[in-house]
Amino acid sequence: MTSIVALLLWGVAAFLGTAIVAVAISRRGSATYLVYGVTLAISAVMFAIAAAGLTGDPAGVSTVTLPLGLPWIGAHFRLDALSAFFLVVVNLGGTVASLYGLGYGHHEPAPHRVLPFFPAFLAGMNLVVLADDAFTFLLSWEFMSLASWALVMAHHREQDNTRAGYIYLVMASFGTLALLLAFGLLAGPDGTYTFDAMRAAEPSRFVAAATLVLMLLGAGSKAGLVPLHVWLPLAHPAAPSHVSALMSGVMTKVAVYGFIRVIFDLLGEPAWWSGVVVLFLGGLTAVLGILYALMEKDLKRLLAYSTIENIGVIFVSLGLALAFKANAMPSAAALALTAALFHVLNHSFFKSLLFFGAGAVLTATGERNMEKLGGLIHRMPLTSFVFLVGCVSISALPPFNGFVSEWLAFQAILQSPDLPQWGLKVMVPAVGGLLALSAALAAACFVKAFGITFLGRPRSTAVGQAQEVDRYSLAAMFILAALCLLAGILPGLVIDGLSPVTLSLIGNRMPVQMAQPWLSIVPIAESRSSYNGLLVFVFIAISASLAAFVIHRFASHALRRGPAWGCGFPDVTPAAQYTAVSFAQPIRRVFGTFAFRAREKVEMPPPGATAPARLTVEIHDVVWETFYQPIAGAVRFATEKLNHLQFLTIRRYLTLVFLYLVTLLLVLALWP
Amino acid sequence: MALILELAVQGAQMMLVLLLAPLLTGFVRKVKARLQRRQGPSLIQPYRDLLRLMRKEVVLADNASWLFRVIPYLIFAATWVAAALIPTFATGLTFSWTADLIAIVALLGSARFFLALAGMDVGTSFGGIGASREVMIASLAEPAMLLIVFSLALVAGATQLSTVAAVMGSPEVGLRVSLGMSMIALVIVALAENARIPVDNPATHLELTMVHEAMVLEYSGRHLAMIELAAFLKLLLYVSLISCVFIPWGLVTARAGPASYALGVVVYIGKLAACGILLAAFETAIAKMRVFRVPDFLGAALMLALLGTLLLFVSRSL
Repeated sequence: MTSIVALLLWGVAAFLGTAIVAVAISRRGSATYLVYGVTLAISAVMFAIAAAGLTGDPAGVSTVTLPLGLPWIGAHFRLDALSAFFLVVVNLGGTVASLYGLGYGHHEPAPHRVLPFFPAFLAGMNLVVLADDAFTFLLSWEFMSLASWALVMAHHREQDNTRAGYIYLVMASFGTLALLLAFGLLAGPDGTYTFDAMRAAEPSRFVAAATLVLMLLGAGSKAGLVPLHVWLPLAHPAAPSHVSALMSGVMTKVAVYGFIRVIFDLLGEPAWWSGVVVLFLGGLTAVLGILYALMEKDLKRLLAYSTIENIGVIFVSLGLALAFKANAMPSAAALALTAALFHVLNHSFFKSLLFFGAGAVLTATGERNMEKLGGLIHRMPLTSFVFLVGCVSISALPPFNGFVSEWLAFQAILQSPDLPQWGLKVMVPAVGGLLALSAALAAACFVKAFGITFLGRPRSTAVGQAQEVDRYSLAAMFILAALCLLAGILPGLVIDGLSPVTLSLIGNRMPVQMAQPWLSIVPIAESRSSYNGLLVFVFIAISASLAAFVIHRFASHALRRGPAWGCGFPDVTPAAQYTAVSFAQPIRRVFGTFAFRAREKVEMPPPGATAPARLTVEIHDVVWETFYQPIAGAVRFATEKLNHLQFLTIRRYLTLVFLYLVTLLLVLALWP
Repeated sequence: MALILELAVQGAQMMLVLLLAPLLTGFVRKVKARLQRRQGPSLIQPYRDLLRLMRKEVVLADNASWLFRVIPYLIFAATWVAAALIPTFATGLTFSWTADLIAIVALLGSARFFLALAGMDVGTSFGGIGASREVMIASLAEPAMLLIVFSLALVAGATQLSTVAAVMGSPEVGLRVSLGMSMIALVIVALAENARIPVDNPATHLELTMVHEAMVLEYSGRHLAMIELAAFLKLLLYVSLISCVFIPWGLVTARAGPASYALGVVVYIGKLAACGILLAAFETAIAKMRVFRVPDFLGAALMLALLGTLLLFVSRSL
């Protein structure tokens, strides 16, 4: 029989074929429909195959070796539960992004800069997840990075986009270098490049530690772990919105996949302190990411920063899973890993939804700056409704899906007093506090994002004339919103679907959830903790309708429209509303002073003077200034010094060459 | 038959919290007035206020959206569900396992999320100032609350409130430093969440220090009635939470007879009254803080809760 992997590889080939065809036809009018239609079909089929692979026999692993790549090893591909789950995430994201692209792609001024790279990007992500040897993995990883770089540069004439593309390229190369070294260490002196051989090898403690650090650098930089996140808020928003959705919602997940594959699968038993490292980085990333997002007034950049936060949440759960796994607590490790994977799925849902929403706003108004938006709920009711669903989900509020994965993470944290090491005992509750802080700040951030963009009064004329977006875009957004609600009220289904993954990586799984009465989820025992999203949803629906019914039956129906209360001052301009910056001001004053060294300066003219008063806010990106500016400065210093070599006379060049040769000969002569 | 009885008790619990909530607020107001040597409004004034609001016409701002009109019902529903899930007079009710303490905190978070959005809907500066301050307070109060939940869960081995209450009522818990810290932190969080003095003043209008009232400034008529009722419910919820966790005596276990249920209700009302008097006395004794002092106040709660949790992680018996 044709194995599932072969089918999936045919799908990848179809993506690549579409990319090549797209190069030829992309200047035609119908190309947009054709390319996105075909990618939609391929992604949907791939999604179905991957989902079947996930729900099938958990031990069923299918492999294919192609005579490509390095001549003596070939290209290995493999599908197991872990890769099947991530293929589901990738191709579900690809399907909705293609659907969205059917409508959104028409607004693209230069479709030939987007169309060929979109299917190539999808192919790259699929290949990374399927790869089963280091060479194929790195090649696919680099292909994915380059395809997405081309998409980031699609609007290359816009300000800042070239800088974003440049920084992305530098960081992506750096990440791949770290991955290359990590795989080099794993392959050992004999150069066993296949994952099977790496899995069988027993790395020494030093190699394991170095691999963890290199994977945190390599996969972490792609996922957006602080302090390697700097490229992400520049590059993700620069791409067209459906690509932004794929990069933020899906590509960061491929990076998470790489991390899980190496650390949980290939590296063998983890050391307990690896949990501490991952927990610390995750907690830091979550809080800093959302604080950055709160300071932001560009809608798409805000979403990109919030991706960093969610990556932090995922890594916190992964760190917990590592800690439990190292201490032979398989049921707790399964719980923590399920929380991480559930959040991976959730984040791909709501982050794609939110980027689609931001794209719809961008199409309708031509504006990403929230300070110029406002009041869109009147002009774009459907978009604003689904965007609200996304905001509620990402803020981890019940009964939507974001809450369930956070809840599972908290339940995993409550398992940690049984851990033997003091480092973990102290670390875990502190990180739990950070997780709670980031959840609360995320709610604040998305109150801001929705409130400033969609509520209030329009702050510019373009916003006042905005039109609702096309039906393809709306369909894509509504599908994702429905998935957010479904995963929130039927979490047991998702948890059971994830059990093959935890079984294969940890050797244990959470108890079967769909067998619970009333579809509750019960991680350990009902007397400990249980949550029923369905009933919470039903209760809220019933009590809200009951309240509305009673009110409309017995209370007064009278309603009068009048002007809003502006302290007796008539006709206040929309500019007097709260803006994104002013909304975040209290939080900036509480957290910003140490996180961003934020300073406010108020210039008050003396009484009687007619000069305007001014308030200037100064915010420092501490990570950029501490880590990156010194490096950039050193590189610039070195290049300026070396630049003199470019302007030497021929005589001096010859002298240099001569001196060099003499030095080499001396070294050779003196070498023992 | 047993199922019908259990459902009836569950329904009684839902109606009880709904009916008692305005009374608690009225009681606190009355005690406060008496402590300030005023006569004070009658105990049932909150009910009268609600009825009066319901009979009044709604004045809606010109550019208020559909969300503005839906939010009062959502806030009320989320708060009511959360309040009904907290054991008041009995533990282990039919649906008590629907949500644990973390989910109850998150339900209140949903209510706050929508309230803050409502504040921003009309697009006046007042709504914005209220919403932005509310999320600032919440960003500190929520982590503190979750750390308190961690402490309780570590002592009780569960986040399920019925189990927590049962464990806290059992003699082996005893006096613990960590629980003392959690209790102080929980009281601080409850004061902040309910917009009480010293964080916010529920009785003020048109003052730049206000938070909750600024967000709901544009509401009137039946919508305001819903929001007021949700605020009453929230106060009751926190008082029930504190009493069910820290004074768990007198809670009836599930499937007891009607007589013990009645006794449970009487004990519960007694607890509410005691907490109400303490709240009124505290509010009379203290002045309101400037808004940027509030982070210090809540930071203390956060630190206490974190210390309590760390103590428990270090030693389960502290």
